[in-house]
Amino acid sequence: MGLEHYLSIFTKAVFIENMVLAYFLGLCSFLAISKKIDASIGIGMAVVVVLTVTTPINWFIYEYLLDKGALSWINPENPELANIIANIDLSFLKLIVFIAVIAAAVQLIEMFLERFSQALYNGLGIFLPLIAVNCSILGGSMFMVEREYSLSETLVYGFGSGVGFLLAILALASVRYRLRYSNIPPRLRGVGMAMILTGLLSMAFMAFSGIDL
Amino acid sequence: MELFSTESKKIVTDPLNVNNPISLQVLGICSALAVTIRVDQAIIMTFAVIFVLCSSNVAISLLKDHIPSRVRIVIMLAIIAGLVSFVDEVLKAYLYDMSKQLSVFVGLIVTNCIIMGRAEAFAIKHGPSKAFLDGLGNGLGYGMMIILVSFFRELFGAGTITLPNGGAGYVLFSIERDVEWLINAGYENIGLLVLSPGAFFILGLVIWVQREIAGLEEEE
Repeated sequence: MGLEHYLSIFTKAVFIENMVLAYFLGLCSFLAISKKIDASIGIGMAVVVVLTVTTPINWFIYEYLLDKGALSWINPENPELANIIANIDLSFLKLIVFIAVIAAAVQLIEMFLERFSQALYNGLGIFLPLIAVNCSILGGSMFMVEREYSLSETLVYGFGSGVGFLLAILALASVRYRLRYSNIPPRLRGVGMAMILTGLLSMAFMAFSGIDL
Repeated sequence: MELFSTESKKIVTDPLNVNNPISLQVLGICSALAVTIRVDQAIIMTFAVIFVLCSSNVAISLLKDHIPSRVRIVIMLAIIAGLVSFVDEVLKAYLYDMSKQLSVFVGLIVTNCIIMGRAEAFAIKHGPSKAFLDGLGNGLGYGMMIILVSFFRELFGAGTITLPNGGAGYVLFSIERDVEWLINAGYENIGLLVLSPGAFFILGLVIWVQREIAGLEEEE
C-alpha cells in the first residue's frame, strides 16, 4: 500500500471522522478547557503526543497478547499445548489493559518531559494527568482494534486523531473568545452555547464527508 | 442514616434537577451524545451507567479507608474498568445486536467522567449506603437527560420511537405508520438531527431549558 493509503487514513482521522465532532469523544475536557486559547493549544498538543504514543503500544499488546490466537508466538514443542495456546482469547481484558497502559504512558511522558524539556513540561505538564481519563485516548485504541489496522496504519491514525482534536479545540476556543462580549441569554452562557457552537463546527466539518477517499 | 430520611431523598433528587450531572456538573457528555440516536440505545446505556455508577460508588466507599490517596486514581480506574468489562460481556452475551450498535461506547463508560467524578467527589468521603444513593441519583439524572435528547433526535430525525426489545427494538410509534396524513401532507424528517451536529444542538437546547427550570447559571 502506497503513501496515498496512509494519507487517506490521516485525512479521514482529522476531518471526516474527527474524534470530537463526529464521534463525541473527549468532550469533557474539550468543553472545560476551550475557554482559553493558550490552554487549549496546550491540551491539544498533549492529546497529539499521548495518542501517537499509546495507540501503537496498545496495538502491540493487543496483537501479541490479547487477541484470539495472539499468543501463538510462544510456539511450544508439545502440539497439544500449542493448540491450547492458539485458542486463548484474552480480548475481554482489553479495557483494563488499555487504560492501565494509557495511565502508565502518560506518567512516563510526564517524567520524560520534566527531565529533558522544561519548557515543554511547563506548557503541557498540567494537562497530562487530565487526559489520562480523556475518552478520545481510550477511544483511539478501541477504534484501532475495531477497524483492524496494521501497525503503520495505527501510527498514522493515532497521530491524525490527535491533530483532529487539536484543530477542533482551537477552533472552538477562538470562537468562544470572540463571543465573550456578545449578548447571549444568561442561562445559555457557558456549556449550552459551547454545545451549539460545537454543533455548528461539526456541521462545517460534515462538508468533508462528501470526499471519497 | 435512615434510608428514607429527607437527607437521602435529597441525595437522590438533587442530581435530577439542581445538580444534574450533564447540564450542571458537565460530566459524561461524550457518551451522552453518541448513544442518543435511538431511544432504546439510550435506555440500555442508562441501565449500564446506573449499574456501574452504583457498584463503583459502593466499592470505592467500602475501600476508602484502605486506599492510599496518592494512588487512588489508578485504583478507582481498575475497579471501574473491571465493572465495565463485566457489563460489556453481559451485553455481548444477552443483547449481542445492541452491543454491536453501541460499539465502543459501552467500553468508554470507563472514561466517562461521571463515574470518576462521583467516586472522587462523593464516594471517597461517604459511607456505602449514601454512596449507593448518590450513584442512583446521578445515574438517573444522566439517564433522564440522554433519554430526553434521544427522544427528540429519534422522533424528529428518523420519525420513530423505538423501545428496547432484543437487537432491532420494538417500534412503539412511527410517523410513517401511525400518522399517514402527515406524510401525505408533505412532512419530512429532519435528517440533520440523526447526524452529529443535531446531537450538539439538541443537547445545547436541553441544557438551556434545564438551567432555566433549575434557575442556575454558570459563572464565567
